[in-house]
Amino acid sequence: MTALLSIDGVTRRFGAVTAVDRLSLEIVENEFFALLGASGSGKTTLLRMLAGFETPDAGAIRLDGADISRMPPNRRPVNLMFQSYALFPHMTVEGNIAYGLEMEHLPRSEIGARVGEIMEITELSPMAKRKPDQLSGGQRQRVALARALVKRPRLLLLDEPLGALDKKLRAAMQLELKRLQHEVGITFIVVTHDQEEALVMADRVAILKDGRLLQCGTPHEVYEHPANRFAADFIGVMNFIEEGGRTLAIRPERIHLFPDRADRTVEGRVTARAYHGLDLQLHVATPLSPKPLLVRLTANAADRRPVAEGDTVTLGWNEADTRQFND
Amino acid sequence: MRGHLAPHRFPEKTRRVQSPNTRSTLLMAPALMWLTALMVVPCGLILALGFFRRGLYGGIEYTFTLENFALIVDPLYAGIFLTSARIAGLATLIAVVIGYAAAYAIAAAPRHRQPLLLFLAVLPFWSNYLIRTYAWIVLLNREGLITQGLRMLGYEGEPPSMLYTEGAVITGLVYNYLPFVILACYAPLARLNPELAEASRDLGASAFTTFRRVILPMTVPGIAAGAVFVFVLSIGNFITPALLGGGRFQMMGNLIYAQFLTANDWPFGAAISMVLIAIMMGLLTIQAIAAEKGAGERREGTDG
Ligand SMILES: Nc1ncnc2c1ncn2[C@@H]1O[C@H](COP(=O)(O)OP(=O)(O)OP(=O)(O)O)[C@@H](O)[C@H]1O
Ligand SMILES: [Mg+2]
Repeated sequence: MTALLSIDGVTRRFGAVTAVDRLSLEIVENEFFALLGASGSGKTTLLRMLAGFETPDAGAIRLDGADISRMPPNRRPVNLMFQSYALFPHMTVEGNIAYGLEMEHLPRSEIGARVGEIMEITELSPMAKRKPDQLSGGQRQRVALARALVKRPRLLLLDEPLGALDKKLRAAMQLELKRLQHEVGITFIVVTHDQEEALVMADRVAILKDGRLLQCGTPHEVYEHPANRFAADFIGVMNFIEEGGRTLAIRPERIHLFPDRADRTVEGRVTARAYHGLDLQLHVATPLSPKPLLVRLTANAADRRPVAEGDTVTLGWNEADTRQFND
Repeated sequence: MRGHLAPHRFPEKTRRVQSPNTRSTLLMAPALMWLTALMVVPCGLILALGFFRRGLYGGIEYTFTLENFALIVDPLYAGIFLTSARIAGLATLIAVVIGYAAAYAIAAAPRHRQPLLLFLAVLPFWSNYLIRTYAWIVLLNREGLITQGLRMLGYEGEPPSMLYTEGAVITGLVYNYLPFVILACYAPLARLNPELAEASRDLGASAFTTFRRVILPMTVPGIAAGAVFVFVLSIGNFITPALLGGGRFQMMGNLIYAQFLTANDWPFGAAISMVLIAIMMGLLTIQAIAAEKGAGERREGTDG
């Protein structure tokens, strides 16, 4: 498949800070792509370059093969959903959503039909005549999304779209976003600093650090085969064991308690025990690392072999489940 | 048990609700007293004066009449009123256009430089009103700085007559009240979330459409505040028309001044004053209501 968007060696500096550093990425049509990175890693700067609010100092941004890096934002078939939503406070919900279509000088009837349709999809029809200050956080977020979606852009950019929502609403909206993307068939690039959110929603994930691309791949690839120690630490939870000048990494769910068969075993003492409903997490102090190892047991496994704080246990794992980093 | 508790709880609750009110009343008391003694009472006196008859030799004859108010619609005085409104209106229009542009430029400047720019914009305001107005006489005079400047550039003809024209009066008013407009327009512009303009561009609007449909509507309260301010102060102004209009342009302020100090017709002066005050109050009330209505919207659209 050919790329819809190709970012080719793009750099953006602000004085002494290099916000985005020689970054290259390809994104294909209809993909749900997540940009993941710590605060200040350059995620917003990259989106702003794609939307046209920043110009790259070097490199090229190509959409459908044409270089758009210097095209003004109002001419790009790209829409950005702002982190702050940036709804027009003096316009109604309907007015906000229609604004982008009015800019395309479409006939009134078509504007009305498309606005009505997107308000149905995003369940905003009952509040069409309200102003943004009469909406809840979740409703505002849907207006911002509808306003961008109704333009049917080639590419939709979402900067922390779920940042302002509480945990439960967030989980519901993650699935909702995925469903919407499926329904409208638009390519999404979503910025988030929540790694779990990225894994749940995205077809592919890119991890950014200090403006550079650390790794890019499917959620399964980046979770199971992190390219380096930082990526391993950033995505999910990871145990690190230093030995012989290299680092061994293993996920908590890959460590077994009292295994029947394992490539490697170690004895340790349980220092803490935390019940999470779905699973049980143990901290086990071993001679292998200064920090206790984190072990995650399913509720089933925990019931089969109850352990208490202070117990001595045997841990084991298979070599195939570990990663090695030579840094 | 309930009957026993109720009388104890009730007064306590009332006291808690009232105490901030009591405190704010106390804090407002000096200002209220000041306003009552120096604004409300004199205005009441002037209003009352408007309903009396002028004495034969200038004094006041205490018999009730509506003649003074009827005289205002006399073509002579209505004409003066219309001239005042036209001059004040033009001054307002020009001041708003220049002031808004200046405020826009200041709000668009780098953040650390904005306080200095604002300070410079307001700087003339700190010198005396009369001195500032005299400075314009020095500039616009037949043999003033502008004429001299033209001469130096080789101009030989008649000196242009700029002083004592309606243009001079308007120039003086605009110059004097411009800082108010800049400040009034700067506040909402500086508070505007820059992402709103970006969102507009993102949705396909040109820079001009973004200004017309997003920035301008959201800053209208500032424009209205500045405009009402300039209009109200201009229509009642008498120093600028007297000095720069050379007495050729009678405005409401000059008319009132003349009634009290030269024509000695205090009741008629009082009647015009009351009409002027009523117009000002009306405009300020409309502006306050509009600002109140826009307050909710602005809260939403500003950055924290
Ligand atoms: N306009 C600017 N002027 C100066 N420095 C900037 C500007 N915009 C971004 N930066 C810097 O560039 C770097 C990347 O910023 P960016 O906003 O892209 O990060 P981010 O990944 O979006 O972070 P967050 O998760 O906190 O939103 C930061 O060090 C930031 O301070
Ligand atoms: Mg950001």
